[in-house]
Order: sequence, then structure tokens, then C-alpha cells
Amino acid sequence: MPDPRIRLTVNGDPVEVTFGGHKTLLEVLREDLRLTGTKHGCELGECGACAVLVDGKPALSCLILAQEVDGAAVTTVEGLASDARLHPLQDAFLECGASQCGYCTPGFLVTARALLDRKPKACRGEISEALAGNICRCTGYIQIFEAVERAAEKMGGEPPR
Amino acid sequence: MSTPDNLRVIGKARRRIDGRAMVLGQTQFADDLSFPRMLHCRLVRSTVPHATIRAIHTGRALAAKGVKAILTGDHFPIPYGILPVSQDEHPLCRGRVRMVGDPVAAVIATTEEEAIEGALLVEVELEPLRTISDPLDALDHPEPRIHDYGDVGNVHKKVAMEFGEIDAALAGADRVFEDVFFYAGNTHLALEQHATVGLVEPDGKLCVWSSTQTPHYVHRALAKALEIPPHLIRVVACHNGGGFGGKSDPFNHEIVVAKAAMLTGRPVKICLTREEVFYCHRGRHPVLMRMKTGVKKDGTIVGMDLETLLDGGAYGSYGVASTFYTGALQTVTYAIPKYRFRGCRVFTNKPPCGPKRGHGTPQPRFGQEVQLDKIAVSLGIDPADLRLKQLAPANSFTANWMRIGTSGLRACIESVVERSGWRERRGRLGPGHGMGLAVSTYLSGAGLPIYWNDLPHSGVQLQFDRSGGVTAFCGAAEIGQGSDDVLAAMVAEVLGLTTHDIRVVTGDTSMTPVDLGSYSSRVTLMMGNAAIQAAERGRDLIASAVARKLDLPADRLVFAGGRVFDAQDPDKGVSFQDAVILGEALHGTLGTTGSYKPPPSPARYKGGGVGPSPAYSFTAAVVEVDVDPRTCWLEVTKVWIAHDIGRVLNPILARGQVEGSVYMGLGEALMEEQAMRRLPANLSGALVHKMPSMLEYKSPTTLEMPPVDTVFIEDPDPNGPYGAKEVGQGPLLPMPPAVANAVFDAVGVRVDETPITPEKIAKAIWERDHGRDPRCGPASFPSIDWPEASKVRTPAEGGDGTASNEKPRKSKLLASGFRLAPGSPGAKVEGVQS
Ligand code: FES
Ligand code: FES
Repeated sequence: MPDPRIRLTVNGDPVEVTFGGHKTLLEVLREDLRLTGTKHGCELGECGACAVLVDGKPALSCLILAQEVDGAAVTTVEGLASDARLHPLQDAFLECGASQCGYCTPGFLVTARALLDRKPKACRGEISEALAGNICRCTGYIQIFEAVERAAEKMGGEPPR
Repeated sequence: MSTPDNLRVIGKARRRIDGRAMVLGQTQFADDLSFPRMLHCRLVRSTVPHATIRAIHTGRALAAKGVKAILTGDHFPIPYGILPVSQDEHPLCRGRVRMVGDPVAAVIATTEEEAIEGALLVEVELEPLRTISDPLDALDHPEPRIHDYGDVGNVHKKVAMEFGEIDAALAGADRVFEDVFFYAGNTHLALEQHATVGLVEPDGKLCVWSSTQTPHYVHRALAKALEIPPHLIRVVACHNGGGFGGKSDPFNHEIVVAKAAMLTGRPVKICLTREEVFYCHRGRHPVLMRMKTGVKKDGTIVGMDLETLLDGGAYGSYGVASTFYTGALQTVTYAIPKYRFRGCRVFTNKPPCGPKRGHGTPQPRFGQEVQLDKIAVSLGIDPADLRLKQLAPANSFTANWMRIGTSGLRACIESVVERSGWRERRGRLGPGHGMGLAVSTYLSGAGLPIYWNDLPHSGVQLQFDRSGGVTAFCGAAEIGQGSDDVLAAMVAEVLGLTTHDIRVVTGDTSMTPVDLGSYSSRVTLMMGNAAIQAAERGRDLIASAVARKLDLPADRLVFAGGRVFDAQDPDKGVSFQDAVILGEALHGTLGTTGSYKPPPSPARYKGGGVGPSPAYSFTAAVVEVDVDPRTCWLEVTKVWIAHDIGRVLNPILARGQVEGSVYMGLGEALMEEQAMRRLPANLSGALVHKMPSMLEYKSPTTLEMPPVDTVFIEDPDPNGPYGAKEVGQGPLLPMPPAVANAVFDAVGVRVDETPITPEKIAKAIWERDHGRDPRCGPASFPSIDWPEASKVRTPAEGGDGTASNEKPRKSKLLASGFRLAPGSPGAKVEGVQS
């Protein structure tokens, strides 16, 4: 069977990629597209480090075969900033110390972005629930909650454009 | 010149210098690296816990598509290990496997998939040996020996030390409390799986990029195991995706890919699976302990007798140090006039234990703090008062000759007592609700290095260039704790710059001076002091040139705001860049160095090298819990914590360390456990992990994290950089005992072991309801044939830090196991053509 070839949009850019058919979206992003910002902590759907947005919704890229996202729009941490400007979430993560080792950060950022897109004024409980699938071993989560709240504040309750 | 009274960088909330890369996804972790022609490595691991290797057949695997090379133990005749006294690991096993997951062969192939396929084709013939599954098993079965070294049979190490007449003290006590506690083993679970790339650089020298906390020790292990002169090896610690002690040993996979790169002439990468990370382990030792504490009627401690039994797993790792640490710091929080400590570490056929955040000290701290709570309840004294009345004083020596400098422990306790409403609320929260208190201490770096030597523990080099740029070089490894930011902050403070004006190059054994590594909370203090020395030397060189130009005495110059100017006439001055140019014109190329070595310790008895530190941090915490009366479901609803940090360098990072420690401590208190189980006989009977995945090894999510009220006590310590002490480990320690004490306050039963699960609470309640001891915990401590204790007179008894029944230790200049380069400077890396 020939290697599959798909077309998708990655961080706004149209991309065509050919890859081993068994590969997950995580592997295609990291290995074939060299977008190593997306991380992995288990490759079994347990940690959230590999989270990306597929058509705006958070998804664990280690559990998705790349073939499944043919035609989809994928957003990774590399796609959060617009040009040289940090996304308010990125800025707030920096300001609030929400990244220690930073390994979980890409997964948290994209998951939080999906939350704020949906619920620009999310409260602490909603933030905590939305991020419950992302493990962070460094921070104890509190500064991450604060960063998401801070970003929401900066964005004035509006989803970013 | 800037003094601690007018700090401009230190103590201010700052964005860490490496934060931008992290939020952009640009930080390069080891598995993010890729090189042209890079090959991939997969290890073939033992499926049996203890066996003799009869044969390894590699023919089918070698013939498989993409497979380039296969390595076995035959490639690695020389053992290595982190401690000079425990050189018991081979990169690939030779003759024997000692645990499920022990690596026996390495398959090197063009792609990761091909390496995995190839690994499946390697046939290993194993002849099973009896498995030693736990410490009692190890004590009962000296044979088969897991290692042919160690004290006796399967006992790796026994230690015994006695400070004053402890038996007499206990005999004279009004009450003696004796308890047996168990602290479960658990693992670091750093989110990043270990990864390493080995390659031969264009100049023919070996280079290893790795997720390691200790590039210097990896450097030494590579030199030894591969028999390469160390100056021909470069180790680069990538930014670690969390460490917590789990990346502090040199690892077999690091040496394997280095060798594979030399043999194939191509870069070779390995990234461990999560399951393999569980096999690397080096996590918290499971410790059984018996604690006997004698007190007067008013609760004053007259003596403590502590025995610990550590399940070491299959290799030595840091285990000898871990064993000593289980007895080292009991005396640093409370004045304990007489003290005996005896510890025993055994080998078992399980993943090796080692250093995890708090290294060997959270286990006895759990016992000590829970026992004090029991003493307080039994004597009718408030647990906070019982502690406050007998704190070890600042600027004193403990019975076991630890030198305490500053101590803010009293202020820590008073702070959490006050903020939590302890006095009004404890015992009055109603059934199922409770509060518990515990305290702790931790080192700001170990006073002695892992191998004996008289060299600096940390070195910093600064380069000043005529653009006004300053680059700081240091061997410290950034593991997420913010050490790069600390380095920049120290230099920036002295030179009147901002942290973002400074470049840092860290964790690279060829480019940076040695720092021993990111462990024992040593980096801020040691690297920080070295950085200040280097920066002050640079400042003085530059100041002399500026003083000449401005015709002023150098000591009137201020370095601030990116300028160098006259303190009496701030308009009179030059930009920092011009100042560097003046300096370079006067002195030539500008570069300075700084070094740090801890002060010597008076503890000169055997084992006295473990425990001394330039400065101890102190912590107190109160936790509040809810226990559901029907299900015994336990929830921590709030944590108050106060930490004596000496001085806060960056409040954002410092609070992050406290909250992260609280989180990890709660994980250990409530759920984390490295549990093993034996497969049924028809499935090989092997002893395997019950939980080799993140799904089964539970750790707290956002939903389990309670609110945390954090307070810093700042009493600058003269040994710390700007007075700073550690913050990354100490705040973990009070969590498990505080939770246990709060559970008692809530439901009146004791859980004397971790994790404190609803099942265990239910069991203790059941015991109570059936008229038995209302507790859940270990029943007894085995009788161990202890060696004669080192007898050390305490400072109060007029001792001198030596044992009366042994020769005092001396430090030797060079370590055993560390060979200076035997080769000529022109020697080549083995297997590589120039
Ligand atoms: S790597 Fe996908 S959830 Fe852990
Ligand atoms: S910052 Fe390290 S895992 Fe979250």
C-alpha cells in the first residue's frame, strides 16, 4: 500500500504531506513537519502534552492517526502567536510563571485557547475542568489557572482574532 | 556599588529569561533534536526479574530491514555508577539481569520503527533465578545474591551511628513513644521522557546531548565506561522537561547511544517510552521505619532512636547516600540532645531507587511529624506548641554535628498557625473535617561532592564584549527550576543590567565551567555565589577603567540602569557598553571567573558527609481535609505554607517552587505509589510493575489541587547569594505528615503509611470499631543485625565531630573512579577515524 498523502491546514498554512500510514498526528507533526513544539509524555492519551487543536477543538495528537485529519485545520503551539506578537495566553503564561520546565506548556496553551474561544469569561472552576486532562508535574497548576484568568482579562472577555 | 539594601533585580517579580522560548514551543528538549543521517536506538529489555543470561541471538535482527548494528553487554566490560562505592551498572547487562526492564541489547536502525521491529527479533535466553521481592525477603534470603558486593548477602549497606548515651536517655524519659511507619516508594514522573542523542562531532570528539540534571556526572561515567579520555567527550544537558531527581544518575541508554554513535559514525538517538521511564526510576525509596522518642512529661524530647529499612531495588544508584539521608536531618528541626540512627538498604529485583525531591528525608520526616502529633495528643499539648517549645536554635550545632545557620522555623510555624486560624479552628471543624500541621527542613546544597575532591562545586565564567554584551557560562543544568534565570539575575544585579541583557550558556561540559548538577537544591546557592564573585571581579575591572576616565575613585561608581556613574553626580557617567570598551582598552579582553565551595563541616565521623549544608531552609504547613463519613473519600481543601527561603530572588518563581512542591507532596500523600505485583506462575511468575503507565500511576490533576496560601520568611543567610536559601524541595516534606495529622483530627484514626487512601482510613476506622488499635500501618520492624555504631560525642558533651571508635575521615584530592586523562591531548575517540 502506498504511503498516504493528505492535505491539511497547519497553523494557517496549507500543507501536503506523505507519511507512513501507521503514523499518528503527533508523529507527523514532530517528525515529518518538524513542528517539535508539540510534546509527548506517554503516547497513550494520559498526559495531555500532545494536545493540538483540530478544527478549533482540543485533541490528543498521540491518539489520532494522521490520515484522520485529511482536510482539517490543525493549530499547534507554533501557531498561537500572530506574527511576532504573542497570544495573550502566551504573554500571561510568561507573566504569571505558568511554565517551569515548559514541557506541558504547549498542551496547556492550546487547550486553554480552545476554552477561551468558547468561553471568554471562564471562571476558575471551568478553567480547572477544561485543563483536567493536562498533567503538569512542576507548577501545582495554580499559576496556570492565574495565567488563563489573566489572559481572559487582557482579552476583555473577547475571543482573540 | 549596589548593596542588598538597594537591589534592583533581586526580589523583583520578573519574567524568566527562558520563558519566551517555552511559550512559543521553541525550547529544545533532547527529543526535539535531529541531525542528518541520524539513526535510532531501541533497547531489548528483560521480561524476567532475575535471571542468568544464557545466550543472546542477534542474527535475525541484524538481517532485518534498516538494522545497522546491535550492541550487547560484550561491548561494555566496564561498570559505572553514580557513587564511587556503587559501580554496579553496565550499559547493557552482562551475564545477569536483575529486574524486569534491565537492558540486554540495543538495536540501532535507520528509523525508530525499524529499531522496534529489530528489537522484537533479538532472542534472549534467560535462566530464571529466585526473585528477591522486598526487604524482608532480602534479609531472609542472602542467596542468590543480586550483586557480589555490598555488606552481606542481599544487604547493600548498613549504617549505624550514635550521638550521646541514647539508651540512658530513653531509660530516663517520662514517656517513650515507639511507632512503626511505612513510606511508599513513588516516582518522579517528569513529563518529559528521557531522551539522548550521541554523535561524533566534526572534530572527531564524542558529544552527547541528553535530558540530564547532571552533565558532569554523565561526562565522568562516559569516560569511565567507554575508556575515553574525558577531554575528548562533551556532554550537553538539554533543557529538561522536569527532573525532580529522576535524571540525576548517568543512565545506561546515554552510554549506549554514545557507543553506538562511535561504532556507526552516525548520530544515534533514543527516546524512552513512558514504560521504560518507569524502569529507569531512581525514585523515592520505600522505607519502613521504627522511631522511638523519649520525652519528659511536658513533651520535651530527651532522645530519639531511629531505624530505617530501605528497599533499594536492583542497583546502588545514590542508595548509600539515600540511606544516610534517612537519618541526617531529624535533629535540624528540633533540639534532640541524644540521637541514634541505624539504616539498612537492601537489593531487590525491582527498578532501582535513588533521589527524588527531598532525597531520603521525606520518609523519616513523615514518621517524625506524625509521631510528634501523637505525642502532643497523648500529653494534651497543642501540636504547634509542642514544636515551638523545642526548635533547634539558629547558629547552633545539632547532636549529629550539622551546623545550622539562620532559621526562620519559628516564624514559619507562627505564620501558618495564625493564617489558618489553627488555634480557633483545630478540633472544632466538626466530624469529618480536620486540620494537621507539620514542619520540615532541607539542604541548600550538599556540603560534600559525590566523589571526594577539593575542587569548586560550581564555577561561573563571564565574557564581556565590546557590544556591551555579557555572557555567563556555567555547568548548571536548567531543569525547569529557573537556574538560568538565577544566573542572569546574579550577574545583572551586580552589573546594573537587566536579566534580559545577559546571555547564558549552561550545562555544557565543553563550553562551561563545572557545576556539579541540579540536585540537592544546590544550584541557586552555589552557582549564585560563584556568579556574584565573577560579576564583582568584572565590575571591578570595568570600574577601574571608568574611574580613570572620569577621574574619580572607583568606589564612588555605581552600576545601575545600564550605566556606570558617579554616586554623587549621577549625570557624570558612561553607558555600560562604553564602560566595557574602556575596560577592554585598559585591561585587554575582558573575562572573569568565580568559584564556590561550601564551608567545611565539623562532622568528621563515618557518614558525617551526608547532611551538612551551607544553609538549611525551613518550612511549616497546615492542611485542612474533608473525609466523607460513608466512603472515607479524602479531599485536601486548603493548604497554608510558610517557607524560610532566606531571601526571595524572584517571587514568581519562588512561589511556583512552593506550589509545585505542595502539589508533589500531596501526590505522595494521597495517591502516588510505585506498586509491584507478581504475575501468576503460568505467566512467568515475574515481579512486575502494577503501574507502568501514567493512567495507572495516579498523580494529581487540576481537580485535586487545593488552594495554597504561601508566605515567605526572609531572614537572609550569610552563606546564600543575597541571603537566598533553597525552595525547590523543602516545601514538599511537610505535606504527607500534615495530611495524616489532619485525617486524625477529622476522624480520630491514624494512617501510619503513605499513600493515605480512603481504603486505609476505612480500615483504621474498622479496627477502631472492633475495639482494636485505631490505625492502619505496618505492624512491626524486623530485627536487624546492626553493626557497632560510630560513637560520637555531641557538641554539648564536648565532642569534636569525630567518632571515638573510628579513624576520622580525610578528604582525598581526587576521586576514586575519576581518572585524569591518561591519553595525550592528541588521543582520538575510540572507533572514530580522524
Ligand atoms: S502524549 Fe498524548 S496524551 Fe500523553
Ligand atoms: S511546567 Fe513542567 S510539566 Fe508543567
